[in-house]
Amino acid sequence: MRLTIAHETFYKFEEPAKHSIQYLRMTPGSSACQQVLSWSVSTQGTLTPWIDGFGNSVHVSTIDNEHDEIKVVVEGVVDTFDTSGVLASRDGLPPQLFLRDTPFTEIGEATLALAEEVKESIASDTLSGLHNLTNLIADKVTYLSGATTVETSAEEAVVAGSGVCQDHAHIFLTCARWCGIPSRYVSGYLLAGQGNDSHVASHAWAESYLPGLGWVSFDPTNRQSATEEYVRLAIGFDYMGAAPVRGSRLGGGVEEMSVKVQVEQTQN
Amino acid sequence: MTGMLSRTADNLYWLGRYVERAENAARLIDGTYHLSLLPITPEEHGELWRRLFQSNEELELFQNKHPGFDDDSVVEHMVLDPENPSSIVSCMDAARDNTRAARAELTTEISQCMNQTWMDIRGINMDKIHERGIQDFLDLIKERAHLFQGVIYGTMRRGEPFLFWEMGTALERAENTSRLILARSNSFHRAHRRDDGFDFYRWGTFLRSANAYSAYRQIYGDIDPVSVAEMLILNTTIPRSLLACIEDTTDILKTLRREAQCAEMSERLAAEVRSMRLDQVLRSGLENFLHDFRNQVHALSDQIRADFMMVR
Amino acid sequence: MKNSDDNEPPKPFDEMLEPDGTVRMAYAQYGEWLHGTSKDTLLRKDEQADMMFRRLGITFTVYGDAESTERMIPFDIIPRILDPHEWDYLSRGAIQRVDAINAFLDDVYHDQAILKAGRIPPELVLNNDAFRPEMLDLDLPRRVYGHIAGVDLVRTGPRDFYVLEDNVRTPSGVSYMLENRQTMMRLFPELFATNHVAPVGRYPTELRNNLKSVAPVGVDDPTIVLLTPGRFNSAYFEHAFLATEMGVRLVEGQDLFVDDGLVYMRTTEGPKRVDVIYRRIDDDFIDPLAFQPHSMLGVPGLLSVVRRGRVTLANAIGSGVADDKAMYVYVPEMIRFYLGEEPILQNVPTYSLRNPDDYKYVIEHLEELVVKEVHGSGGYGMLVGPKSTKAEREAYAQRLKAEPEAFIAQPTLSLSTCPTWVEEGVAPRHVDLRPFVLSGRRTTVMPGGLTRVALKEGSLVVNSSQGGGTKDTWVLER
Repeated sequence: MRLTIAHETFYKFEEPAKHSIQYLRMTPGSSACQQVLSWSVSTQGTLTPWIDGFGNSVHVSTIDNEHDEIKVVVEGVVDTFDTSGVLASRDGLPPQLFLRDTPFTEIGEATLALAEEVKESIASDTLSGLHNLTNLIADKVTYLSGATTVETSAEEAVVAGSGVCQDHAHIFLTCARWCGIPSRYVSGYLLAGQGNDSHVASHAWAESYLPGLGWVSFDPTNRQSATEEYVRLAIGFDYMGAAPVRGSRLGGGVEEMSVKVQVEQTQN
Repeated sequence: MTGMLSRTADNLYWLGRYVERAENAARLIDGTYHLSLLPITPEEHGELWRRLFQSNEELELFQNKHPGFDDDSVVEHMVLDPENPSSIVSCMDAARDNTRAARAELTTEISQCMNQTWMDIRGINMDKIHERGIQDFLDLIKERAHLFQGVIYGTMRRGEPFLFWEMGTALERAENTSRLILARSNSFHRAHRRDDGFDFYRWGTFLRSANAYSAYRQIYGDIDPVSVAEMLILNTTIPRSLLACIEDTTDILKTLRREAQCAEMSERLAAEVRSMRLDQVLRSGLENFLHDFRNQVHALSDQIRADFMMVR
Repeated sequence: MKNSDDNEPPKPFDEMLEPDGTVRMAYAQYGEWLHGTSKDTLLRKDEQADMMFRRLGITFTVYGDAESTERMIPFDIIPRILDPHEWDYLSRGAIQRVDAINAFLDDVYHDQAILKAGRIPPELVLNNDAFRPEMLDLDLPRRVYGHIAGVDLVRTGPRDFYVLEDNVRTPSGVSYMLENRQTMMRLFPELFATNHVAPVGRYPTELRNNLKSVAPVGVDDPTIVLLTPGRFNSAYFEHAFLATEMGVRLVEGQDLFVDDGLVYMRTTEGPKRVDVIYRRIDDDFIDPLAFQPHSMLGVPGLLSVVRRGRVTLANAIGSGVADDKAMYVYVPEMIRFYLGEEPILQNVPTYSLRNPDDYKYVIEHLEELVVKEVHGSGGYGMLVGPKSTKAEREAYAQRLKAEPEAFIAQPTLSLSTCPTWVEEGVAPRHVDLRPFVLSGRRTTVMPGGLTRVALKEGSLVVNSSQGGGTKDTWVLER
């Protein structure tokens, strides 16, 4: 499937900022499930590309003069393939690395209860057990835009009973890792109009490592594995490691951020 | 290594200012204390101290804690109070902090001198001041400030770090002297002259506060307010005169970077002071001139920051 | 109770005196001098030394102590002396250890051969917080990670030196090695005329050359800076001291910024490129865009420049995975695996409480053991069995039970003693030793180091934060 993506992130500052720097994890790589045909990232700052430890393509963007807004524009075309959620290629990262806890994915009472519910099914058949976990999360934590913030942990989201795709992914990671399954956070795009999360096409899900299969994707928000409607951008231990933007600035006061993402299917 | 760290340049500049500020405060208190020993009324006594307050904020800070302008309250406030940012102890704290921050650019002797001073000062309290006398403590501050400045002159390489320190010292002097004159600006006019012993004593103290008493006696002899004003504003052989301070600053800035905007600004200010008509200014009131001068000094320090400190 | 059948525990090894009271070779000359020097003279020298340090303002900060946050580390005027043979053995052992650690770090951030070979349990590395995946597949200049390392050693007998721990994050204390020597030379010039003490004063130059040798590719005359957390850090004195001695700028995070893919510092002449950063800030705080997001100490964007190979950090991010107390057990294995050699210096036998057998043993023998937190440092949070009360042991056992994997235990070593100037005169006190190893073009170790001394009688805790002092360390050239 050929997907055309337009992603605009806009920051507006209350007062002029003097210096800004951002890490932009907004460049997808090619793999068995996707082939990047064209891609561009642009902003008023200086862009320098680099590759992080997980192999993600990153840009560091710096703005060294006074500015009261930052606009990051991403445009590209990607061909995607349905691999039944299996990411066939090996990326050289030791899977075991992704058993690590982070502040977002620390197990707590509520997440533990979920994990215990699927522990046995994961032990007997990992793949279907993880699908059970996917459904369980969707049942227990209703998708609700604005219910949580970027700083909400998995445990907090389960307790709240609602969250967004980021929370779903964190809960999945917390439970899967607790069951001993290496799992990682994926950020990316989802074809508009598909699934629950239709109004924001910027999406997040999880991948778990299954011996024999490799990395397999699970999207609790939409109760499925990734299809050809998904485009992978970056991976990490959690949101912080894969976030499309991490930034810091001098001055600027309070910021207002808005994001517009459009993912459309186009003809080959 | 050319081009020192902007932050360190800033630390050295403020080091110069704070040490000089502490020393100025010590001289000012010392002089006022002398005057307060004269046979004067309690009202005059309080008024002497009250005049040391440089701003309404400072006065407010003082009055929140102390009921009246007695010697102890004023000394406590101006010497010891850590909440008063211009108390001697606060100035020395800030000076030590800047010494530590700029430590890598200073000689061991300089750090040692500051540490010794700080160790000697930090145990001081009102009881100790009563025991040894306020004079003794103020002498210690003056001595240590001079020693510290001497150690810098004696051991530091004449490079950028030195120049930023020297400039801080010069600009602080300019501000202090202008403030000193401002505080008495209405008594410079000949018409205000009181020909009695007290007046003589007052002018003597005033000159001592500017560290210029003996110089004045050597150059002018008899005390005359116009000559006092002339000396403190225009005489370039007096290190704390306004013109001397601005000329020093100009020279330093030109050495640092001839084409810097602040160098040009400083030179303009020096020319302005140099060409002033003192008698005219005295007739129309010193205040306007001094206010304008102080505003220009502030603008100059802002420009110095913009030119050298990569202001963020 | 341990030694319940002995009336008197065996006396610890003394650095100066044989059990029969004769003076050892290393102290032959010094012992004679000490014998002929009056208590009054020593007292006066001690006071003089105290004054010298006070004036220099050499202080360190004690955490959790709001009253007096700045203290001086007590300096002892009696040196710790090592003879040439002892030093030869020690220095070869320290270099070997650091070489293996650097090889290990390069391996775990690339092929992970040692994990694949099953010589170290992978989870100990991969799931260790100090292992930074941010460093994966990045080739560092000369493949060096721990450019500056401190190896903590203790001695229990004539040839029995044990490594207590390795320090390859931001080891400190080298300024004391240098200042202690300067002080000793001023106090006792005559001793340096008669004893052939190897000089340590070239350390800053060696360090600078060492840092220069690991500059990014293509940079011949690198600009080196020392990055400090600032003047409120406990080791600020050392940072300023080393910067001055090396002739490099002492910078704080706010002095540096990233632009155009490079690191710059803010100077009075505008931005100036920085090539090598000797950083004394922990990984967590080095780049808020990659690690702790709210840290103000570091430089936003720094990791991107590191990964592009345009700036070198010493020590490298992620070096800490090698000096973790859980990893310590495997350093002899690293030496065998990477260097094909047998370890010269011994490890202290260590019980990992994550291992059920070890756990059981430790719980049953708490009274004889020293128990430490795997991620702890500075002597905080440890239990010294023989010095503990029953209540303390019971409370500690609760912590072990709750989180066994967070602890290791070691037998209480009978640390060597060294004559030390204390209130009642000269008396033996326990000491350790931290030599400093530099890795770059080659691996070297300064002939000397930091000797720490537990000033309290009988105490085995030498940490400055717990009442320890320091001594000058002499390595005799002949």
